[in-house]
Amino acid sequence: MGLFTGLFWLAIAVVLGLAAGWVFRMAVAAASPRPIARELRTAPLTASFGMLIILIYVLLAVFAPLVAPFPETEVVGTEYQPWDNVHLLGTDNLGRDMLSRLIYAARNTVGIAFVTTALAFILGVMTGLLAASVGGWVDQVLSRAVDVLMAIPALIFALLLLTIVGTSIVNMILVIALIDSTRVFRLARAVAMNIVVMDYVEAARLRGEGLLRLNLREILPNAMAPLVAEFGLRFCFVFLMISALSFLGLGIQPPTADWGSMVKDNATLISFGDITPLLPAGAIALLTVCVNFVVDWQLHRASGLKE
Amino acid sequence: MPDTDDILLSMKDLCIEGRTDEEWLDIVKGVDLELRKGEVLGLIGESGAGKSTIGLAAMGFARDGCRISGGEITFDGIDMRKAGEATKRRLRGRRIAYVAQSAAASFNPAHKLIDQYSEGPVKHGVMSRDEAESDATDLYRRMQLPDPDSIGFRFPHQVSGGQLQRAMTAMAMACRPDLIIFDEPTTALDVTTQIEVLAAIRDIVEQFDTAALYITHDLAVVAQMADRIKVLLKGEEVEESDTRSMLANPTQDYTKSLWAVRTHARLEQPPVGEGRPVLSIRNVTAGYGSVDVLKDVSFDIHPRRTVAVVGESGSGKSTTARVITGLLPPRRGEVLFNGEALPPDFRRRSRDQLRQAQMIYQMADTALNPKLKIRELVGRPAQMYLGLRGKALEERIRELLSLIEMDPDDYIDRLPSELSGGQKQRIGIARALAAEPQFIICDEVTSALDQLVAEGILKLLDRLQGEFDLAFMFITHDLATVKAIADEVVVMKDGVVVEKGPKSEMFQPPHDPYTELLLSSVPEMDPDWLTGLLKARATAADG
Repeated sequence: MGLFTGLFWLAIAVVLGLAAGWVFRMAVAAASPRPIARELRTAPLTASFGMLIILIYVLLAVFAPLVAPFPETEVVGTEYQPWDNVHLLGTDNLGRDMLSRLIYAARNTVGIAFVTTALAFILGVMTGLLAASVGGWVDQVLSRAVDVLMAIPALIFALLLLTIVGTSIVNMILVIALIDSTRVFRLARAVAMNIVVMDYVEAARLRGEGLLRLNLREILPNAMAPLVAEFGLRFCFVFLMISALSFLGLGIQPPTADWGSMVKDNATLISFGDITPLLPAGAIALLTVCVNFVVDWQLHRASGLKE
Repeated sequence: MPDTDDILLSMKDLCIEGRTDEEWLDIVKGVDLELRKGEVLGLIGESGAGKSTIGLAAMGFARDGCRISGGEITFDGIDMRKAGEATKRRLRGRRIAYVAQSAAASFNPAHKLIDQYSEGPVKHGVMSRDEAESDATDLYRRMQLPDPDSIGFRFPHQVSGGQLQRAMTAMAMACRPDLIIFDEPTTALDVTTQIEVLAAIRDIVEQFDTAALYITHDLAVVAQMADRIKVLLKGEEVEESDTRSMLANPTQDYTKSLWAVRTHARLEQPPVGEGRPVLSIRNVTAGYGSVDVLKDVSFDIHPRRTVAVVGESGSGKSTTARVITGLLPPRRGEVLFNGEALPPDFRRRSRDQLRQAQMIYQMADTALNPKLKIRELVGRPAQMYLGLRGKALEERIRELLSLIEMDPDDYIDRLPSELSGGQKQRIGIARALAAEPQFIICDEVTSALDQLVAEGILKLLDRLQGEFDLAFMFITHDLATVKAIADEVVVMKDGVVVEKGPKSEMFQPPHDPYTELLLSSVPEMDPDWLTGLLKARATAADG
């Protein structure tokens, strides 16, 4: 019975989620200018649902102080209080409000992951395009350097670097961005390699365009689709890496709320059959799934495949 | 008239639709077609006429994203629309065969030719593997392929394009089908190779009394191959009659306009005086790796003149263009511009030197950045070289668009994907003009276009040359284009200039033997041309 009830509620959740996605798609399409609306109408329901959830996360992160019932770091009750009317999701190991911390963590974790991914992309795309458009020894030096960095397992390398430079949020961002930019470099270079051989790039070179304009106006716009898709995927990986580092105690430091360390702090509750510590993990999982829904849609569009 | 038992393939009111975005569009709008046993029907039309779609429909097949939406297709009494996949599979390859435009893209590069040949007959149980192999050798011999005994054991990349096309025709013949569909089998080939393939195809179709649908856009080719010709336009039939009467007196205006295309000719320019050439190439030797692609090439291009550089693939025409633009620095020799030596590498040329020599590419699709609007595509050279900004730039872009006969208000904010092939090529021309050059290299600018569209482009180039005192270097493999536009001709073969001189001399005998071969290989609109030519060449070889 338990299994069937579970499946029943899961089915209800999926249907409701897709329905919400549908309503969201219609609403946004109606409010957008025509070309965007056209694109949106072709979006599958999964992608619409993904966009809706991402939007909710972003709103929660931006308006965290207004939405959260309690402050982020203040002890407002006793330890491990169960769910009740005041503390909707109970309290954590120090007596802080779980729901409020979940909401604030969206701000911290998602914000840091976004900044890190953006940095990784700026670095990776710039070097990748440079390697492809200049070629020769520049390409060799950059590519081999990236090979060396990629040869070291990412998590171990991150732990190593963080022990050397010390744990702080800025250091963590920089270290993860550096490690992740190697993957972005490989993709950007591969995509750009196919573009630099096009006649319009040759025409631009013959026109005497400088390297900057050649890369920004001729190559980058044509490489955007796969890069945007990769951005979504990378974002998830960065996100998981930050959570992993936080869980290991090297990431975001207490008392700042973040989903990784919230799992770690409250893990003992699991032994008592309480699912509260799984909530932050669930928040991570849901965001990851939703980002991938949107990314899949974009990849599908970029590859030009038909159903 | 012959009785109906004779009819092998018939289509009645055939409709085919294709899916774009959200809706179904008609590709073929009610075409009727009848093909008797042993007869060759030519399907002719521009791109988008639905020729290939009809060809595939004869096999009961529609491409991905297309569907046969109405009408009847009957092959030898079998209703191809109602037939199940198993029935169709038994017919395909065995009784109906297909020869694709690009044999190079259609052969599986991982298997030897003879393995691919044997697959059909063995699968259909027509022959054993050994029989198929000896049969292949026999057909290769009849197709006049070199080394018929061993050529089958090569991989597709080890034989030339013309040989591959013949091998594919042999493969189509493997099960001795009743019907073969030839979809532009010679379009990708050089003229001299085309002759061999055409002769081989015609020979083998006659020997086995096979019926064929011959799809092409080239009138002169279809005149050699077909018993009857059907002209298509945008999915509808324009007219159909037997080859001779179609060539002699077409009844429809559209057909007449197709026939008239080849008559465009440029006014003869007065001969060049002793003036200084805009561009002169002096003893250039260049190549990639250790191979010399160009050997001691020299020629001049004078102001307001069009020099056509003619040759087959691999003759070094495009390499010459790369040397002139500075993409490939020559090993020896130099390129003079207005009497002044250009730096061999384009990166060392001044902005003004770059501005003076512009280029128009063969494939407008890849020559225009798909993410930029026409405003920027055309405006960028003007902005860069002439320093135009704001309103002056806007006006200049509009002026250029008017010059290439495109309405500025309508087109200035479009992306290349929102243009037709001919319009894209026009934008390529406008981009070259925007730099206000003295000299433009046109690299096969019309070869990817339909004849009527290509005609428009040639006329436009002709007019612009007069208005702006331009010198053109016109790279082409098509002698009809040369006749239409050139003042002087340079014939190249294997990286060497075989012959050069004014056009009027070039098209008059005596010729260099290679020029002679090239000229005589251009198909003419005479159904007896191929037969006559082959006979003449045979006697010449005997004598």
